Order: sequence, then structure tokens, then C-alpha cells
Amino acid sequence: MTLQFNDETFRDDYSFHNSDRALKRFPFPFHEDSYMYSVNMEQHQGGPADSIYEKRFDVDEHYVSEMRDRAMVLADDPLRCQSLPHMTLAGWDLLELIMVSKSEDYPDLFELHRDGDQWRWVNKPMGIDDSFTFLDEATLPYGPMEYITRQTQGDFCVLDQRDDNLWMDAGTITTQADWSLDFDLGMNFFEWHAPVPMAHEKGIFVRALKFLLNIQQGAPARRLNWTLTVNPLLDTSPENYHKWGIQKTSMTPETVGAKQHLRVELQTFFRLPRSNALVFPIRCYLCSFQDLTKTPKWARRLHRVIRDLPDELATYKGFIDNRPMMLDYLSQFDDGLPTSLGIWPDLDTEPALQKRLI
Amino acid sequence: MSKFEFPTSIISRPVYGTLEPRDGSAHLMIADATGAQAILDVATPDMMAKAHIIYIPKGAEFGHRLRALNPAQYYEGPSYAAAEQRIAKAFGDAKMGLQVYLSGSEGVMGQAQHAAMQAGVPHTAIQTEHRGSTARRMQCVHCKGITEDVATDPFQCSHCGLHLFVRDHYSRRLAAYQGVNIDAEDPGNVPEAKGIYE
Repeated sequence: MTLQFNDETFRDDYSFHNSDRALKRFPFPFHEDSYMYSVNMEQHQGGPADSIYEKRFDVDEHYVSEMRDRAMVLADDPLRCQSLPHMTLAGWDLLELIMVSKSEDYPDLFELHRDGDQWRWVNKPMGIDDSFTFLDEATLPYGPMEYITRQTQGDFCVLDQRDDNLWMDAGTITTQADWSLDFDLGMNFFEWHAPVPMAHEKGIFVRALKFLLNIQQGAPARRLNWTLTVNPLLDTSPENYHKWGIQKTSMTPETVGAKQHLRVELQTFFRLPRSNALVFPIRCYLCSFQDLTKTPKWARRLHRVIRDLPDELATYKGFIDNRPMMLDYLSQFDDGLPTSLGIWPDLDTEPALQKRLI
Repeated sequence: MSKFEFPTSIISRPVYGTLEPRDGSAHLMIADATGAQAILDVATPDMMAKAHIIYIPKGAEFGHRLRALNPAQYYEGPSYAAAEQRIAKAFGDAKMGLQVYLSGSEGVMGQAQHAAMQAGVPHTAIQTEHRGSTARRMQCVHCKGITEDVATDPFQCSHCGLHLFVRDHYSRRLAAYQGVNIDAEDPGNVPEAKGIYE
């Protein structure tokens, strides 16, 4: 199918919107009616046709507008993209991984022509046609990591592996759930996760690290994570929190359905061949509560998950003050019927909502 | 003087020990204020014969006692920033077997530790001991400005003026804790400042 790219914004007038196709393939992150941290890893080897799992790097209708937003963030704050000196080779590894994957998975959108180290990269949606010498930084307008991540949706952490740990030594981070690359740069896996409540005590990070250290070339893994964001704002950075934080107080019972968004991260993990680094893309998908409740199973489940989430997590995820308003809204849809297991919408088998919608 | 017991905190927050004498080809000792006492406690004549002491008094009066230890090299300076180039050269010139002793405030220990790591000194060769002020070196996450010796929470950024909440999240690369705007969601509602450990 030919993708139509939305012309939309993730700031100011927030013209971001999801098509029916985008709603159907939205990565709803709750596989049951409650949520607690877990090391919910699985192999990243494709998935159902047209799902966000199908391709190695999902390209969707938001691509061009997301890249425009990234360019604005980087122009305002170049420190959102940093690479410590020993990470340049990993940047080339990442550039190769993305160019090969996208040109194979989306041949109508991307082309990669290689003749030895003479490469030509064509990115049709963004109107880019560049020729360069692989492993020669002087032939690209940016460093290799920055060059390719300015053309790929999602944040990218490039992690060095040494001393049985992973180190946040490079990244392009412009759509983050409130953490600072500039601050966390150079930290190890436990240090950058230090502020996360409850998960350390549950041994989550020890087990996750063990898994990640052993990821092999050609065997990427994935998991979903989530939080909530008021307005479809991609750049929920701590750097700009003093500007966007006030938006969290802007919802009313009339606007909560349109303004409150579920923010889902598709996190994937790929071993890189030359550097032995691990790249950790964090792809952000946004969907408003009012759009989510169009899917009966998700309407029922979202209410139950938000209602029953421990206060500690609601506080950490930054929505405890707005939770009562969200629950007033979501409870309108929850008719108490059981839900099927798994994250998929199951539109053909789950009954319509029995509650009268307001 | 009794030592301050820091409360248990998150994993990124540094922890400090007690300096102990070690065998080494040379000894680099960096301290501020009452951190001098930790050096006085650990110094031995053998160590001093191969020692370089860098001391930032900040009004404390231990200089003459440190000098009386008769170290191979002694320097006293008005601030860490003033001593920074000298410290970078000392680490740059270091040979295998150097032992590093840091004592005093978190800010000075953190910056010296960063300089040591930059120079490739193995972390196993660096000891730290906190003495004196519990004030923190803070980076404002918004303007990136660093404020030294922050003793209260919240505090006002000395660069951009925002009121910041003092986090325990710590970056060794920046040698600083993180400060985040406290009244972003309720402008003007800034709680009264208290001592960080009150």
C-alpha cells in the first residue's frame, strides 16, 4: 500500500491525528486488565501484517511530520543529540542497520545502492538523495548517528557494552518521556534507571540487563512501555518541562477525552556488528483517550488499568492529579464485561460497549 | 568531628567511604575545607614523600597542618575552578600505580573524580571520604547552568532564576545533581526552602 503522510504538528496547535488505519494498528500496551512492571521481552522478528511489529523500523503516516518536529527540537537544543568520542563506529553500524532495513522493508520509499564503500541513499518521503563514503564522516552533513536518526522515527539510545554493563554513551533523544540524555549520558544501566520506583526492588533491572547483554546479531528483541501525556506533545523533555508542565493542568471534563493521550513506547534492541554496541530505539506512538475508546476491548481495559494502578506509579508517570478526571471519563465506557487476553483489539469477537455513551 | 550519615537513596547517588593508606607509586590528594582532616588522618611519612596535596580551604584553617606533613608537592588555591588546570595536568602526568584520595564536599570530590576518570585513572585507585558541608553541586536541567554549594531545597537557579527541586539523581560526567523546576504546574507555588537533609 502507498502511505499517505499527515501534515501535522506536535506542538502549538496540535494538529496531530490518527487515521482509522493508525487506530487499528495502535500498540495498546496492556495485555490484561491490570498493569505492573515486568521484563516483557519478546523476539522482534516481524508480526501480524500491517501491525507496528511487522517491519524492523516501522514507518507510518506521522513520519514526515515527526522528522520536522525533531529538526526543530535539535535546532533549539543541539544537546539532545550527543555521541561520546568512542561511539562513532556504533553510529555507522546504526546507519547501516537502518538503511539496509528500510530499503528492504519499504523499497517504494527508500533505496540503498552500495558499491564497495561508495553508498547512495535515497529517502523519497523526505526528498533526500545523498552519496557518501561509508565510514568517512567527512562525506556526510552530520555524524552517522545524527544523520540517520534525523530520518528515523523514535528516539535512539546507543549503548556501549563493557564491564558486564550497558552505558548510555550516545543517543538522539527528542521524544522522551521526561528524561535528559545530556544528564544521563555516560551512565550505566542501573544509574540511568535510578529514579524509577519499585522496579529495582522487584529485580526488574538485574534481569533485564542480563537479557540485553546477551542479545545477538540478527536476533533483536522488543517490549512495550507506556505513560500518559496531555496533548500530543512529542517533546516531553525535562529541559522544557517548565514550558510544557502547565499543560497538564489545562484539561477539563469536556476536553479530557481529546487532550489526554496514551503514550506507548515500542522499545527494540539490536546488537550492532562492528562495535558490539546495543542500539535501543524507543518509538513513541500517541493516541487520545477518545480514539482509544472506539475499540470496545481497549475502552473497558484502559479504565480498569488506570483505576487500579498503584499510586506510586501514577505519581512517577506524572498523572496522579488528573487521575480522578480521567476515571470519570473512562468509567462511562466500562460496562464490566470480561475482556479477551492479549493486546490486540479483537474487533470481530469482543462485544460492543453496553453502556450508553454520553 | 562526627561524619554526616547520608540517608539511603537511589542508585545513581554516590556513596563515600573512609580514606585508607594504600601502597602506590605516587599519591594525589585533593581536599576542600574540613576534608583536610581526612588527609591528616590517613597521612604517613612514607606516603608524604611521594604525595601531591591540592587543598582548597574555603575559609577553613588547615593549610599549615597539611604543609607540616611535608608532602613532596603542596598547593593551596581559592577554588576548584582555579585549581582545575593544575589538577588536569596532575592526572595527565600520572603514571601507573597512582593512588587518588579525595575528601571534603561532594562538589569537589565529584569534579576531581570526573577529572581522574577522563585521564583514565581506574576507579579502583580512587578513594573518597565526605567531610564537612553537605551542600550539592547542581545542574539546572533547563538552562544547564551549574550552581555550586546548594544547601537548600528548593533553590533558585543562580543562572536562569527558575525555582528548582533538588533531585538525588546524579551524573558523574557532570559531577552534579539535577535540579528540576518545582512550580511548572502551579506557577508561583514554591514551598519554603529547607535544608536538603532536614
